[in-house]
This record gives sequence, structure tokens and C-alpha cells, in this order.
Amino acid sequence: MSVVIVGAGPAGTRAAEVLVGAGLRPIVIDEAPDSGGRIYQRQPAGFHRTARALYGFEAPKAQAIHDSFDRLRPAIDFRPRSLAWNLRSGVVDTICDGKASAVPFEQTILCTGAMDRVIPLPGWTLPGVFTLGGSQISLKAQGCAIGAQVAFVGTGPLLYLVAYQYARAGAQVAAVLDTTPFTTKARQAFGLMHGGATFAKGLYYIAWLRAHGIPLAEGVTPLAIEGNRQVESVSWRDARGTRREAAVDAVAVGWGLKPEAQLADLAGVPFDFDPVQHNWVPRQEPTGRTSVEGVFLAGDGSGIRGADLAEAAGARAAWAVVAARGLPVDASAVARLDATLTAGASFRAALERAFPFPAKLAADMTDDTILCRCEAITVGDLRAAANEASATLAPSEVNRAKALTRVGMGRCQGRVCGAAAAEVLAATLSCPVEQVGRLRGQPPVKPIPILPAEAA
Amino acid sequence: MSATPTDVLIVGGGGAGCSTALHLASRGVRCILLERGQIGGQASGVNYGGVRQQGRHPAELPLARRSREIWAKLPELVGTDCEFEVTGHLKLARNQAEEADLVAYLDIAKGNGLPLIMIGGNAIHQQYPWLGPDVVAGSLAPDDGAANPRLLSPALARAARDKGADIREFSPVSTVAHDSSQFIVRSGEHEFCARYLVNTAGYWGGAIARTFDEAVPVSPLSPNMLVTEPLPYFITPNLGVVGGDVYLRQIRRGNVIFGGGRGESDPDVPRSRPLPEPSYAVMAKALQLVPRLAGVQVIRSWTGIDGETPDDIPVIGPSRTTPGLFHAFGFSGHGFQLGPVIGAIMSELIVDGRTDVPLEPFRIDRFAQDVSFNQQEQKHEASNRA
Repeated sequence: MSVVIVGAGPAGTRAAEVLVGAGLRPIVIDEAPDSGGRIYQRQPAGFHRTARALYGFEAPKAQAIHDSFDRLRPAIDFRPRSLAWNLRSGVVDTICDGKASAVPFEQTILCTGAMDRVIPLPGWTLPGVFTLGGSQISLKAQGCAIGAQVAFVGTGPLLYLVAYQYARAGAQVAAVLDTTPFTTKARQAFGLMHGGATFAKGLYYIAWLRAHGIPLAEGVTPLAIEGNRQVESVSWRDARGTRREAAVDAVAVGWGLKPEAQLADLAGVPFDFDPVQHNWVPRQEPTGRTSVEGVFLAGDGSGIRGADLAEAAGARAAWAVVAARGLPVDASAVARLDATLTAGASFRAALERAFPFPAKLAADMTDDTILCRCEAITVGDLRAAANEASATLAPSEVNRAKALTRVGMGRCQGRVCGAAAAEVLAATLSCPVEQVGRLRGQPPVKPIPILPAEAA
Repeated sequence: MSATPTDVLIVGGGGAGCSTALHLASRGVRCILLERGQIGGQASGVNYGGVRQQGRHPAELPLARRSREIWAKLPELVGTDCEFEVTGHLKLARNQAEEADLVAYLDIAKGNGLPLIMIGGNAIHQQYPWLGPDVVAGSLAPDDGAANPRLLSPALARAARDKGADIREFSPVSTVAHDSSQFIVRSGEHEFCARYLVNTAGYWGGAIARTFDEAVPVSPLSPNMLVTEPLPYFITPNLGVVGGDVYLRQIRRGNVIFGGGRGESDPDVPRSRPLPEPSYAVMAKALQLVPRLAGVQVIRSWTGIDGETPDDIPVIGPSRTTPGLFHAFGFSGHGFQLGPVIGAIMSELIVDGRTDVPLEPFRIDRFAQDVSFNQQEQKHEASNRA
């Protein structure tokens, strides 16, 4: 029985490498046409930009991951363009090119990655609004900017990185609007020093943006994105409380990342609320092993730690699989990985504290703001349901809120609106956000086509 | 610990239980409803949402007819229509044998005052040009339709509470007993007592019946359900087929809801999950009915736990062993439409001591005559003692 790795990004690549080294031939499944994940996504066939142009400072890491994977190809069973849409006991269900297969496993390492955390604001459903991650992929994978005059709104390292990449690529960056005040970040300076090169690069992007006259504002409150048929302007209140506006044709938004842990959820892995990340995170041992027999986790899908630690975590989880299969383990390699993971943890925590998820911003959204864009449910709809006089039958947790209001019932199944919806519900009920729980995962974890009989 | 007294204790907060609470409270009867999880959390809340009379077992038709009257009055009763819409129910035949089935049912329907319109092969493709070529005939029940299953039980529960019923969620029942004068029910730290007990606990109703020496062979049933992304609205009727292996409807919002086959469940947890194989199988059957759905995206699948009896109809009526105990469980995957009438029936049995609805076919002791079942039970008992 095989080992199945879901996700061929940094974590999946390093996991496969360790398994192949141990004499195994893992099956590697990825949705994308090729390996690299989102962070080191490869450009489509026929595109020939240099690694330096695509990945900037990260080019050597991207190149190393791509080269490693290319070396592994003959030794693994790689299944690109394959969506792992369901996971049950010992089986991952996939669909590839309109054909379904059930892939059995003895062990699986879920390296399912992350996606942007979003806070809705009025006008966020207009054409021309993207997530930070989405706008980066557009640039990185296809050489397309999301607009000619772009504003970047949100918080986190990605905010400055993507703005920098856009400016470098020749887009007009109209404004970089960080919801985190400078003082919050400054308080974490000491912890951030542990980040070494990562921290230095972050400072470089900010300095570069400033040097090129790009307006950066900290401690802002986004007000609205406006336009008739598409984005025309974005408005915000600056740290002093003054209303400001910029004419733009595109806006990228994002408030850090959240694990895409739906498969772990379907596997039955328990989740805990991590107050520093402000995310629900699947429970795992430091090795990546979970309480569910045969299920291991690595990379941002198991909790946001960034691409570098994803590589270490992928390798570490693979060693845990090797051990579980009773094969010889390289103790010194494991010790090195453990040290890397431990060392990285404190920088990561400082980073999360430096760019906290502005829960209050989500909780304070105006009633008429569209919260769930798939189902066109407003913040007010959810508040009204939560405020129902009949206290015990009003939604007390997010799954009931979903059942009664349709929030999170659409195409994205709450992957986009879930975090903000939980804040609205918790604020309305005056309880901590972890008390309203998290949306239960249901298959398919992403939409799958209705297939004819011969495809099943 | 002193027991909280009431007139009627209801175990199970699905459609049947909440409707019972509402009907009792409306007649001024004090009642407490205990629900282990959330109101409408199992079969009542996760089903297909069909409000269908056509195709039912003849014994169920009188109940379904009367329930349909209540469905029409939902806004007055609970303040919302639960998205009930009279779309018509079109039951399709995919071959000659199935068509013969539809024709045979016409007499049963007529005997129960259920209007049906038989539509032949040419007419059906004219009227519903999106139907696939394998469809050879159909039978339309114009009064049938569909509603939103997520809304019914909570709406009934809210209305019941507004009328004075005590609805308690997250109150799993640990023990039920009868001390020759009244029922004593424990839930967590609480104890309740009442002269009457109503068992509307779905699949778990079997365990409650067993407590009172009324073993019923009820097994868990998990309908495998799927829903697509929204599409332009074109499928007006609620679609079914002879044999029931696929059912499909489109809501005005545009999503297509369809189901068929079974998911898996573990009632002890309880947990339930849809499964890929029945999902793929029902996709193919859905395409046979509506080829235009090819490639449309399915965004979610789900299931829940219902109770199924060997003869596929529920247990409804008074206990044969314990006075004051009334059952309504084991709806075998088609209880959603009946939910509202169950409350009316239960309240009549308790308050008036009688009901006009013929309940004989639903007697709880009907399985006792089933020799094989008795043997099974004895084997089960023996293994328990071993």
C-alpha cells in the first residue's frame, strides 16, 4: 500500500524527496498542471521568463524546489491536474481531466497549502477586486497585472511583497494600505530579528516602495471600494481619522493566510483555535503525525508557517511516515529538521503578532456589506439571525448560521467568508470567536463536475 | 434532584417532534421537548426537501393528504412558508415496466383523492424539452412541491416555544423509565417527569421503544445528497423516478439539489458522511434525466441519519406495552412531508384519545408477527447474554 502526498508545493516536494530516499514510491497529487505549489508556481508551457524575474529574492529557493522535483519525477507517481476532493478511511478521491479515481493509501501526507484571509468591505464584489495571493499568482504565473492602477489593502508580509512585485513589474501602485498600526509592528521588532533574512527582505520591500514614492499608510480603516461596473476608486480613513480616496482600477485585499485544511477535517483530525494565528488549525504532533491513523500534515495547510518551514515540515512528516512503516530513519537529519522547525516557530509567532488579523474590522462591518458573496448574504442578514429574540434557536455557532442564513453555502463553501462571518457572529453574540466554532468540512472540498457514468 | 414536572415529554427535535410540541402547546398542553443536538439536525434538516404525496405507500396517503393541508397553512402556523413551493412532482418512467408502474398507481391515488396527470412519451418531451431521451412517460402531481428542509424544524420549534412549549437543545436523554404512574426521563443533570411520553427520536426511536419492550427492527438510513452551483432556472417540477434511485429539483435561486443511494453513518457518535460511489452513480442517473447538467459543478454533498423499517413505513401510534407512550419514528427516508401532520395526530391521541387518521398499518407490534425478525431478536438477546 502506498503513501499519498496531496500537494506538490515546498512541503510536498521535500516529503517526496525523503520518501524516495527511503526507497518508497509515493503518489503525489496536485491540482495544478505542475509542481511548485502557489508560492513557487511554475509559468505555463511556452512562457520563458527567468526565475529571477518570476520569484525575485526567492528565485534560488524556487529553483531548488523545482530542480528537486524534476529529479524525483522518475521515482514518484506524479498526478498533476488532479483535485483531491474527498478523503475517507484509507482513500483519497480524486478527479483528473474529468475522470474519477479512488486512490488508496496506507499513509497520507496532506500538504494542502493556504489561502488568503479576507475581510469583506463595501464594493468587494466588483470586478477588479482580487486577493493578494490571487494578484500575485496572476503576475507570477501568467505575467498579468490585475490592473494598471492598483491599491493593496490588508496586512501581513504579503501586502508589501506583492505591492513591490507589482511596482517592479511596471504596474502603477496607487497605495499600500496596511490596517496594522506601526506601533503594533514595532512592538514585535525584537522577535522579528530572529527572522534574519526574511525580516531583512521585508524591510527592503518597504524601503524600496517608499524610495519610489509609493504611498504607504499604516493603521488605516478601509471604507469602500467604489465603481459602476468595475473598480474605480478605493477609500479609507487614515490613522488620524481623515477620509482619503484613490482612483484605481483594481484592488488586492488580504489579511494573512488561513490553512486549507478541509481534507484533514474530512479525515477526522481534531482542530484547535490558535489565538496567535487567529486560525483554526488541525491538531498534530511536532512530527506532523495526527491522531488519525495514517494521516500526517505538513506545510501551511497544517498551520501557517511560511514556505521555508513548509519544506522542513514536509521532510519531517515524511520521516514520521518512514518510521511508521518500520523503515530505518536518519536520526541526524530528523534532529536538524526538528531544530529548524523549533527555531522558526518564534519568528513566526512574532510575525503573526506584528500583523494581527483585525478581528474588530471584521466584526464592525456595516450591515449592508455583502458578507457571503456566493449567496449574496449581507452582514446585516447574519446579525439579524443571530439577534433573534428566541435566543436558543438563533445561531449560536457558524454551522447553524450557515443552515439558517446560507452564509458559507455557496461555491466557496465558506473558504472566503468563513473567517469574517465567525467574527460577525461572535461580536453579535458577545462571545470569543472560538466559541462560535468553525464550518464543518463537507465533500467535495472544491467543486467537482457532474460526471457521466463512464467517467466514474 | 427533583424532577421537573410537565404534561408531555417529547424526545427528538425533528419535524415530527417540533410539530408535536407546537400542536400540544397550541391546545394549552404543557410540554418539554428534549433534543440531543440541534433542532432539525438529523433526518429532518438534511433531507431532499420533497413535499410529495405521489408514489407513497397507500397507507401513508391519508396522512400525506392531511399534512399537505397543513403545509398550505404554514405561514399562519409558524410565520414562514419555509420556502414551500407548489412546483408539482413529476415522476418519470425510463422504460415500459416503469410506465406500467405509474399507470398502476393512478388508481391508488384516485382512491385517496390525490389528483395525478399521466403524460405520455410525446407530450412529456414537448412540455419538458430538457428531459433526456430515455424518459418514456411521466405522472404529474400538480399539488406536490418542495420546501427548504433546513427551515422547517426550527420554524416549528420557534412557533412552539412562542406558544409556551419548552424546547431544549443539546439535551441528550440518558434514561427513560415508567414508574407505573408517570414517565421519568433523565438528561444530563436534569430529570423530568410527565404522564405522557412522545417518541419522535428518528433512528434512535428504536432504542426508546426497546426500553419499553417494543423491539422494532429499525436501521440507520443516510440519503446521499448533492447540490450544484446556481444555474439559470429551467427545471420547474420536483423530479422523481419509479424505483426512487434518483430525485432532482432546482430551486429558484438556481441550485440543483439531487440525491440517490446511500451515504454511511455511525449512529453512536452520531456522524454521517456522503460517499463518492453513490455520488458518481447518481450523477449518471441525473444526466439520464437532464442531459443538460453535464459538467455542471457540484459544490457540496451531505447526508444525515434517518431510521428505516423493514416494510419501509414508519411506526406511528400508541405503545402496546406502556400507557401514555406514543411513537412516531422510522420514517424510512420520506418523513419530511409528514412532519407537520404528526404533531396533529400526536396531540389528538393525547388530548382527545383518538384521531381520524387510520394508523393501523403503522402499529408498532406489526413486526412481532415477523418470525424471522423474532428469531433474529432472540439471537441478539442470546449474544447479549453470552
